[in-house]
Amino acid sequence: MSEIPQDLRYTKTHEWIMKNDEGTLTVGVTDHAQSLLGDLVFIEAPEEGTTFQEGDDSAVVESVKAASDVYAPVDGEVTASNEVLGDTPEIINNDPYGDGWIYKIKPEDAGAFDALMDAEAYAEFVNSGDE
Amino acid sequence: MLVFEQARTGRINAAQSVKKDNVTNIIPEQFKRKTRPLLPEISEMQAVRHYTRLSQKNFSIDTHFYPLGSCTMKYNPRACNQLSMLPGLLNRHPATPDSNSQGFLACMYDLQEILKDVTGMHEVSLAPMAGAQGEFAGVAMIRAYHDAQNGGKGDPARTEILVPDAAHGTNPATATMCNFKVKEIPTNSDGDVDIDALKAAVGPQTAGIMLTNPSTLGVFERKIKEIAGIVHDAGGLLYYDGANLNAILGKVKPGDMGFDVIHMNLHKTFSTPHGGGGPGAGPVGVSKRLEPYLPVPMVVENEGEYHVVTEKSRSQSIGRLSAYMGNAGILLRAYIYARMLGSEGMQRVAEYATLNANYMLAVMQKSGFEIAYPERRATHEFIVTLKKQAKDLGVNTMDFAKRLLDYGFHAPTTYFPLLVPECLLIEPTETETKQELDDFMRAMIAIQKEAETEPEIVKTAPHSLPVRRLDDVKAAKELDLVWQSE
Repeated sequence: MSEIPQDLRYTKTHEWIMKNDEGTLTVGVTDHAQSLLGDLVFIEAPEEGTTFQEGDDSAVVESVKAASDVYAPVDGEVTASNEVLGDTPEIINNDPYGDGWIYKIKPEDAGAFDALMDAEAYAEFVNSGDE
Repeated sequence: MLVFEQARTGRINAAQSVKKDNVTNIIPEQFKRKTRPLLPEISEMQAVRHYTRLSQKNFSIDTHFYPLGSCTMKYNPRACNQLSMLPGLLNRHPATPDSNSQGFLACMYDLQEILKDVTGMHEVSLAPMAGAQGEFAGVAMIRAYHDAQNGGKGDPARTEILVPDAAHGTNPATATMCNFKVKEIPTNSDGDVDIDALKAAVGPQTAGIMLTNPSTLGVFERKIKEIAGIVHDAGGLLYYDGANLNAILGKVKPGDMGFDVIHMNLHKTFSTPHGGGGPGAGPVGVSKRLEPYLPVPMVVENEGEYHVVTEKSRSQSIGRLSAYMGNAGILLRAYIYARMLGSEGMQRVAEYATLNANYMLAVMQKSGFEIAYPERRATHEFIVTLKKQAKDLGVNTMDFAKRLLDYGFHAPTTYFPLLVPECLLIEPTETETKQELDDFMRAMIAIQKEAETEPEIVKTAPHSLPVRRLDDVKAAKELDLVWQSE
């Protein structure tokens, strides 16, 4: 069973979202997603200052099996990008919720975080096999 | 051992060494290289042994059942090779005037006509040299068509190409290369294009849709007429990805389904050899309204004489994609293949390709394997999902694929299409015997047993090949493709 931390929010496309003190959100892919993808070999993270609408392709994660888009969970502007992933994409496999974060985004609507799926709902979604 | 590691300074291969009266002697001095090329210094016998050994390590269509099917390469009939290498064809220089190339040009013209007939398209150009180039040519023609609307002022609002999420990865890549935005259309749970989503997605911004039919999910698109109507009514064009033409060859025509442009992979459907990644041929066929934009050169017939036509007489053409007639040798092989089959033979191709796939689907299902779309009839291929095995036994699709090698079978396509987790896409093709198909399925059943009783043997496969499980992560991250001298 994959790990699903309680304090994060989630999407049906397997991104996790963490709320930071300074009003930004950190985005990564879940443990479940990295286990489906297998060993990652390439990550394309967005540049600082890029703006996204919810659902836009915001990053690419590529494994030996497949390339997959990471979708923006909210409308907003990228404030930081995890640059070490370029050389060491396997961090996402080893620590998807920690050092494997992909980017930080300043949401247009501060309440957007609360509207996302909580850990319980995401666990149910993953277990239902509907993904 | 690399061939370079067998080399010793000064060792010579007499058969390959440069003769005194070599033709290179007429090359002016300033164009000749000053340093020796980096070639291994080995004897003729070393070269023969080295490459013979390498060839023995291969899994290939000539040695093993290869259920990647027409998706990769079908059996290459030997007659196609023999006839295409007749001296008159083999020695013909590509710049030979039309008047001295009538035999070759007649073959090319006939091939255009055969492809027109079997696809139901209005006109065909043989110019593209591979499937991806055929796709590019096809979508470039869609762009040229929209640019020529409104009396040449164009239709700049049409910026989007629709691509179903089951599509081959080349489709969005092609649309992007032709400067279109890609809009993804979801698939419903039966494996068909989601019609409601399609209706919501089309509009004055729609340039066209790229569709593979049958789709990559191993099912026939049942609502193709309706899809064609929706896209055409919105002013868009329909592009047919010919990757899966094998399933309908001679039975149903993409032209009759309403497609405006199609590419064919002759190196797949028409059995031409392309081991090691090339060469290919990706002719394009079009409906009447796209005819002016076809890539050149094309071959025309006039009172029994054949001529090559170029951009000189076809000013609206999207242009050339290669020097001369593309991969002429491949086009010749496809022509011979088509002539050997005739129209009846082509129908047999589709019939046996789909019969073999449906036979395998039925047996695999009966043997307890989970079929991705169990309610649907298989096309020339079908999908098995091993997600239960992965979850319950810890043995995944890649493990099955590697273990198949120990049983003497190349693995089917793995982990594609992306919509089905832990999938095997099995395509037997029309040329395999029932015995071979049965042997393959017995191997799958045996591996299933191993996965239940001694999973380690499957997880660490292959055990009987020259190399064990390769480190594909390292291979992807540390590209090491070119030998470097110290």
